[in-house]
Amino acid sequence: MSLRPDLAAIADLIPQNARILDVGCGDGALLEHLSETKNVDGRGLELSQQKVNASVARGLPVIQGDADTDLGEYPSQVFDIVILSLTIQATRNPKAVLSEMLRIGRRTIVSLPNFGHWRIRLGLLATGRMPRNKTLDNEWYDTPNIHLCTIADFVDLAATCGAEIEQAFALTPAGRTKAMSPRSWGPNLLAEGAIFLLRGVR
Amino acid sequence: MSDPIFLRPLTAPDADRGEAVEFGPDKALALDCGRTLTNWRLAYKTYGKLNAARSNAILICHALTGDQFVASAHPVTGKPGWWETMVGPGKPVDTDRFFVIGSNVLGGCMGSSGPASTDPATGKPYGLDFPLITIRDMVRAQTFLIDHLGIDRLMCVMGGSMGGMQALQWTVSHPERVVAAMPIACAARHSAQNIAFHEVGRQAIMADPEWHGGAYYEHGTQPSKGLAVARMAAHITYLSEPALQRKFGRNLQNAGGISFAFAPDFQVESYLHHQGSAFVDRFDANSYLYITRATDYFDIAADYGGVLAEAFRGCKTRFCLISFTSDWLYPTFENKRIAHALNAAAANVSFVEIESDRGHDAFLLNEPQMFATVRGFITAAAASEGVAG
Repeated sequence: MSLRPDLAAIADLIPQNARILDVGCGDGALLEHLSETKNVDGRGLELSQQKVNASVARGLPVIQGDADTDLGEYPSQVFDIVILSLTIQATRNPKAVLSEMLRIGRRTIVSLPNFGHWRIRLGLLATGRMPRNKTLDNEWYDTPNIHLCTIADFVDLAATCGAEIEQAFALTPAGRTKAMSPRSWGPNLLAEGAIFLLRGVR
Repeated sequence: MSDPIFLRPLTAPDADRGEAVEFGPDKALALDCGRTLTNWRLAYKTYGKLNAARSNAILICHALTGDQFVASAHPVTGKPGWWETMVGPGKPVDTDRFFVIGSNVLGGCMGSSGPASTDPATGKPYGLDFPLITIRDMVRAQTFLIDHLGIDRLMCVMGGSMGGMQALQWTVSHPERVVAAMPIACAARHSAQNIAFHEVGRQAIMADPEWHGGAYYEHGTQPSKGLAVARMAAHITYLSEPALQRKFGRNLQNAGGISFAFAPDFQVESYLHHQGSAFVDRFDANSYLYITRATDYFDIAADYGGVLAEAFRGCKTRFCLISFTSDWLYPTFENKRIAHALNAAAANVSFVEIESDRGHDAFLLNEPQMFATVRGFITAAAASEGVAG
């Protein structure tokens, strides 16, 4: 099974034998891939009980839980890397979630859909309606994505949370990733999504 | 090793009785209450084969009124093993791969030392002279059995309800001896409601004149009515309201309508009566008192300054916790509390809540999601230990 492109890019950032927590791990595809290829000691947290059950049945250590409420129970700095892939926009309090992740892990990886992409900007301008595309494919009133942001917005949030951006990558429409300078205007207009490797600064 | 002695006659003289180990003064069992058992026995039944590396053993701990006959016929009732859907060749706990040990608990009445056993000091049944026991004592007794079987580390310890409590206690008392643990439908402590229901059962037994202060063995009788009432009350807590409603509703026993009397009119009444009387035929009333007391005393956090996570500090065991949505005896939040504590201790933990409307007893029933979870978890744990498949 081939990994979703953003997950493959995240996997490339994970060192061998790392201790990782995948927040919102879905069906456990990334965890399984990292266990097989990087021998990680991986754990998952997932809101959907069905997905949790499926992951555990495949032998992955996953618990049912909510990033918004349950990260507080983890001790500080116990994981090498905490991952939040395409999930931050669905949390109730992205700032609190990011802060908790920076506390729990020595490094944090966040990937997000970029609401600043030109198609979305143009879509809103042209149609006057909430933009939809293949990653954000819900009506505005029933979308789980309640906190969408642009790359520039996230860069600001990272600074507010006292996080240093160590690496940043743009996700291109072709499913490729490209190193980017997070504060330049180009990626915020052209990238469909982004991946950040962050370190909490204390 | 010896043949276990049961209180009740066997279904057939050649019924499989399993085994029992007798421990003498050199294997004295020091109990939490401060007393020591110097001549005691533990009954068990094994399935499958222990591999050469002695690394494929799975200990199954039974619930309140369960026993060691996990996957084979009960020698007294003749009924199938209580977890035959879970344990056996090709089953989620695969006896073609694993050496499965069903252990009767200390205080039980299926061949292990308990209040009905003979007190070596007097030559008479212990009755209430048997020391009060705890879940930790049960686990302590099991370590002697595991030593006796020549097993250093258990691949997995698992069980539901009180069996889950024993599995948890194993990981707290002997974390280095447990590779993986699967506590199902349980809690890290007994709640006020749990204790309250147990007290109703105990009072029913002790209010029965045939109880004779626990010395009924010498009177050639037993508090059957009290024990049956205890079982009836407890049985309600094992089911869910929707399951009871679906199964019985207000259905009547007789087509003729209600009787305007107190004989069972409703089907749910005769069902409970049946549960009560069948139980009396296989269980000892004093054992019921002792074992319910042991679960009431269970509170892992209490030994660690009230902080459950402290109990699991540094624990390397892989955990998989399972709860059921309609279990109100050991509800999901109690199981989740354990998962949170394990997280806080940075332990390796999975937690699955299974959708079922069959209440606490769901863990004994055909729940495909539970089977898939158990199979996946055990397979992964075995692979991590290099246990050949």
